[in-house]
Amino acid sequence: MFDVDIVRKDFPMLNGKMMHDHPLIYFDNGATTLKPQVVIDAVCDYLTNYSGNAHRGDYDLSHEVDEQYEKTREIVKDFIHARRKEEIVFTSGTTDSLNLVAYGYGKTHLKAGDEILITVAEHASNTLPWFDIANEVGAVVKFVELDEKGRLTLENVQMAMSEKTKILALAEVTNVLGYKAPMKEICSYAHQFNAIVVADGAQSVPHQETNVYDTDVDFLAFSGHKMCGPTGVGVLYGKYDLLCEMKPTRLGGGSNSRYNSCGVVTLKNPPYKFEAGTPNIEGVIGLGSAITYLSHLTMRDIEAYEKELRNYCIDKMKTLDNVELYNEESTGAIAFNIKGVFSQDAASLFNTYGIAVRAGQHCAKILDVFLHVSSTLRVTFYFYNTKDEIDQFIEVCKKGDDFLDAFFG
Amino acid sequence: MRSLDNPQILRGIIMDHYEHPRNRGLIEDDSYQKINMNSDTCIDNLDIQVKFSGDKIEDVRYDGEACAICTSSTSIMSELVIGKTKEEAMNIIENYMNMIYEKDYDEDLLEEAIAFKNTHKQANRIKCATLGWNGLVKLIEESEE
Repeated sequence: MFDVDIVRKDFPMLNGKMMHDHPLIYFDNGATTLKPQVVIDAVCDYLTNYSGNAHRGDYDLSHEVDEQYEKTREIVKDFIHARRKEEIVFTSGTTDSLNLVAYGYGKTHLKAGDEILITVAEHASNTLPWFDIANEVGAVVKFVELDEKGRLTLENVQMAMSEKTKILALAEVTNVLGYKAPMKEICSYAHQFNAIVVADGAQSVPHQETNVYDTDVDFLAFSGHKMCGPTGVGVLYGKYDLLCEMKPTRLGGGSNSRYNSCGVVTLKNPPYKFEAGTPNIEGVIGLGSAITYLSHLTMRDIEAYEKELRNYCIDKMKTLDNVELYNEESTGAIAFNIKGVFSQDAASLFNTYGIAVRAGQHCAKILDVFLHVSSTLRVTFYFYNTKDEIDQFIEVCKKGDDFLDAFFG
Repeated sequence: MRSLDNPQILRGIIMDHYEHPRNRGLIEDDSYQKINMNSDTCIDNLDIQVKFSGDKIEDVRYDGEACAICTSSTSIMSELVIGKTKEEAMNIIENYMNMIYEKDYDEDLLEEAIAFKNTHKQANRIKCATLGWNGLVKLIEESEE
């Protein structure tokens, strides 16, 4: 197991960044994560020393860019255990990846009456594109019921499935409740109906081992910036055959092999047909560096340490009378409220003590039908957080009633 | 210390209006103009109603879901502007906005609304403290069209 004190030295933001005159305690890792120096250096190295375009030039510089860019594709492939690197498409992030599946695959494969299964706990990015596609082709978005705790179970998926189900779009770990979906079992069941499974990995891939070969998901979307990488870069994994059937949603330079004035276009093979235009090269290179960094710590240890942090925090929160917990048993985000205090007011109080927590609906705007509260506070840890930070957070929870202090602090 | 500078008193004002908002609750009456104001970045979401009588603001009502800062600032605003002319109300609002954005303002015009004079220290709350006020501006502007 890594030593968290040593790990923290890798992050400039954990060494001197202040918020309201307190050293920053960053508990909004579900939104984005801090960056280690190696990632910053990798991005700067590209910008400083070899900032040519990819897949273009006939000169050494461009070749060097290609090598680094394609090396990241290998790194991602190994990290998620894909079969081949051509199954890795670089996008701008999870939202972009999910939209690509919805419009590139869903729109061309769904017909009137087909069903798409999602849950009320899905992020807007795994909900709104499906609403739109369903509208356009006359398909129907159906919701798999969550169990009484808010978990997605195989049984409920089985009950919701029918011959009409063509696509299941589900978060591997949901962003407010943080429960893990039994993805392998769901995929195995869905495939019996020839339905495909689109996994939203934004909150799972950064925190646990990912093995698409084992789970057999058909598509997996995730973001670089939620796993120590730069913003504006993400991945869509797709099984190669499905990527071949999928249409690009953007066309242009780099995605075609030839075209003529009659409009006959020959597209490149996946993944290149999806990567028209100059890609986010420094982002991709930074992502490669981030994954190498995480792999060095090992995802297994990261997951174990975060579980330890979460258990520690939950045990302390349970001793507080003024805290309402919504997902004690999950493994991801902690969703809670300070009793009698509107979430936004509480978040301001934490802010005053230098603690970044999120308030609101967390982009899961239909989750309120399950939680019966319109908004929550959310704490999400990463491997660089500490028990000492949690102790400070607990002290502020106790001050909940004084939430207006924030306003006069 | 002037009582206006005493945080305990200012807090008391905000809590009083949060826990006992004045003029809250919408009215079914076509003579009221109505607007929905919601924040893109948080979940403050208020419907605001105004009844004009000629140039005068006869009544202000509001309801919805909002945090302490948004609720209490709207409550205080409603008390301040009821009975005033549109011009007087716009003058009060202008002074309030000046206070929020750290410009010169007339304390006397703002009465209890000076409880929000520290809003700039929590920049993320400016939206909360101005949502209702901006709604009233829109309603007044619409009534002039």
